[in-house]
Amino acid sequence: MILKLVLRRFAIGALTLLVVSALIFWAVELLPGDIASEVLGQSATPETLAAFRERNGLTDPAMLRYLHWLGGALTGDFGLSLANQRPIAELIGQRVANTFFLAGYAAVIAVPLAIGLGLLAALYRGSALDRFISTSTLAVISFPEFFVAYILILLFSAWLGWFPSLATVSPGMGLGARLYATFLPALTMVLIVMAHMMRMTRAAIVNLLALPYIEMAQLKGLRRWRVIAVHALPNAVAPIFTVVALNLAYLIVGVVLVEVVFVYPGLGQLLVDSVAKRDMTVVQAACLIFAATYIVLNLLADVLGIVSNPRLLHPR
Amino acid sequence: MTRLLDIRGLRIEAQSREGRTEIVKGVDLSLNRGEILGLIGESGAGKSTLGLAAMGHVKPGCRITGGSIRFDGLELAGADARLLRQVQGRRIAYVAQSSAAAFNPAWRLIAQYCEGPVQHRLMPRAQAEAEAVSLYREMRLPDPERIGARYPHQVSGGQLQRAMTAMSMSCHPELLIFDEPTTALDVTTQIEVLAAIREVVRRHDAAAIYITHDLAVVAQMADRIKVLLKGREVEEAPTREMLAAPREDYTRSLWAVRNFQPAPRDEPAAPEPILSIVGVSASYGTHPVLRDVSISVPRGRTVAVVGESGSGKSTTARVVMGLLPPTAGQVVFDGQVLDPLSRNRPRTLQRRLQMIHQMADTALNPRHRVREILGRPLEFFLGLRGRKKEDRIRDLLDQIELEPDRFIDRLPGELSGGQKQRLCIARALAAEPELIICDEVTSALDQLVAEGILRLLDRLQREMGLSYLFITHDLATVRSIADEVVVMQNGAVVEQGPKAQMFQPPHHPYTEKLLSSVPEMDPDWLTRLLGQRQMQEKGAA
Repeated sequence: MILKLVLRRFAIGALTLLVVSALIFWAVELLPGDIASEVLGQSATPETLAAFRERNGLTDPAMLRYLHWLGGALTGDFGLSLANQRPIAELIGQRVANTFFLAGYAAVIAVPLAIGLGLLAALYRGSALDRFISTSTLAVISFPEFFVAYILILLFSAWLGWFPSLATVSPGMGLGARLYATFLPALTMVLIVMAHMMRMTRAAIVNLLALPYIEMAQLKGLRRWRVIAVHALPNAVAPIFTVVALNLAYLIVGVVLVEVVFVYPGLGQLLVDSVAKRDMTVVQAACLIFAATYIVLNLLADVLGIVSNPRLLHPR
Repeated sequence: MTRLLDIRGLRIEAQSREGRTEIVKGVDLSLNRGEILGLIGESGAGKSTLGLAAMGHVKPGCRITGGSIRFDGLELAGADARLLRQVQGRRIAYVAQSSAAAFNPAWRLIAQYCEGPVQHRLMPRAQAEAEAVSLYREMRLPDPERIGARYPHQVSGGQLQRAMTAMSMSCHPELLIFDEPTTALDVTTQIEVLAAIREVVRRHDAAAIYITHDLAVVAQMADRIKVLLKGREVEEAPTREMLAAPREDYTRSLWAVRNFQPAPRDEPAAPEPILSIVGVSASYGTHPVLRDVSISVPRGRTVAVVGESGSGKSTTARVVMGLLPPTAGQVVFDGQVLDPLSRNRPRTLQRRLQMIHQMADTALNPRHRVREILGRPLEFFLGLRGRKKEDRIRDLLDQIELEPDRFIDRLPGELSGGQKQRLCIARALAAEPELIICDEVTSALDQLVAEGILRLLDRLQREMGLSYLFITHDLATVRSIADEVVVMQNGAVVEQGPKAQMFQPPHHPYTEKLLSSVPEMDPDWLTRLLGQRQMQEKGAA
């Protein structure tokens, strides 16, 4: 039964991704203007325009081009950039790696910290510590992320001079140097995503605290932290995973502004540049990667939620 | 010799929206080693609060405002968390009413058993596991070596309750608190659990406080009985003494509940049936739950359907209401064959057939006021509006003996359990039905409150000629209100007939088992019954 449920989730995920890919393709298709004259400029002769269309397969029917694009995307070939005629995969590869590195960096700090603080807040519910954790994390997400970024730059880089304000990374850099260079953007993102996860953890745990089995655990004479960590947390896993997945997705998809502020060579920045240059094929590819990340992470959360339910995992 | 537990002048206060209310008002309680004290009273009497207080525990929102709780010389009232941890679970253990809710769904039974002794550093895990198996065996759980590897949802209610009792014994406590451990079980399962609990408590020479609202049950378990009412003690006496000669009126009224008998009606010839269930079979998925069930309800009569949980009683109700289409057979109402699905039935037919559920709590929308709850069926089925509707709502409230002016603007949360069930009855009545299906409508209520509901249903039947299909697992209820009785087991009808005949021998063996499982006031009843059953088993073998 559980296998069926999980497979169903995967099927739904794949279907969603297909629909999204179609939306992305047709949205770009519907944009006004002719791509060939956009790229070649007003002075292009009809012959060069025709040659360009021929070379880029623009004369084929849209449906055929969609299937062609989709097939290529599945094998990692996103076609050529309109702006400079280089393969998009080559253009994007390093950027994707950079974005995932930064997101992973932030996630490794933010997820355990948020869940830990959420547990603490639930454990000392109603105390000064609880209120401090809740209000401070809430205060941080109330600011726009670029504002948080500038405050951190002002503090740690302009005044204290501890960290660089520009997150410049190059392919040959060592891990230590890379972590150091990207500390401020990572910290910005930690602050942005933490509140949500922490509050959800706290709420999910507090919800359970009134249940008879939690009272039972207390009446066994167990320590309070054990009641919360061993008896409450495993039953709160599904809602917590859901929020963690949403935030991990946000770390990858929603970091455009942070990348721009720190001039970090990630996918977000590429997206912004490509939109400015009207480089539609690159925009398409970036959007597809974002969408796929989002869907895969949510899919994982769903599956973990199913697997963490003992009723489904151990049927009668 | 010092007493094991000595509670003096205990006062406990609860904080609610309306302010503070005292729920335990100066109670004394004492208990010697190896002794079992029964605490009895209706809900709101403060018995559970008192039971938890004996462990030094108060529910969130409550606090101890006076008195002392001395356990073996230790003061538990206002004790710090450190001291309480040394006592709770280890020297005083708790057995909760609903074991399904009190076991953590995420862990195996044996892991939850071992947690106490291991965390209290009494023994290594391996020894705890070995002891668990031997206690599981003592509690007569099936397959004691392997049942511990199961998750709570994988064992039945009666087994889970026994596993919880075993778990409470894990640290060899000196005192056990049983908080209505068999209330949620049906009679046949209850017997097994009662017998197992009694034996294990005696064998391990533990003292116990046994909380229940069922006098007959407490009579089997306790050496002494203390009766509570609204946070105060009514009386206390050794079990036999109290059963033979209760001193207080309130105690006597608890006895009287079991004797409710409606006035005999003038017996005309058996009326024609209003509802006939003909050869109905049904299944959930591929799992068959009803097999060739035929029941008929005469107009103006009450047909009681009894059986233990899982016998198909509620499923029968779902088929009649058109919530579960049967795989075979049909339901005939007043000469018309009903469509298998409720949504395909004409509204007039839906109106004439109403249902009242067991859990009044969850059957009422918590955000609707009484006026909306009763007004909705009046509009939907009868098209009443404005003044007429308002008048009818007030009539209905009068009929269920709730004062219209006081209750019409209340939310369900502002009503007691019995009042909520009355409201559910009024909602069913609003549609002006001819047949009402009552699904365990008194099972979640105290005996006194339940009796009030039964009287009300009886009166309404006389006044309006209603017919009831009354589903219950409580034979005392059947004895008091049924005209005809249907006994179900494993999805099939094993016996049916007029009440008088059903309560006279000879019985079908299953009916016999059900009847003999109903606890009696006699304190020797359980011992005698177990002896008889053992003899029969030997005879059979």
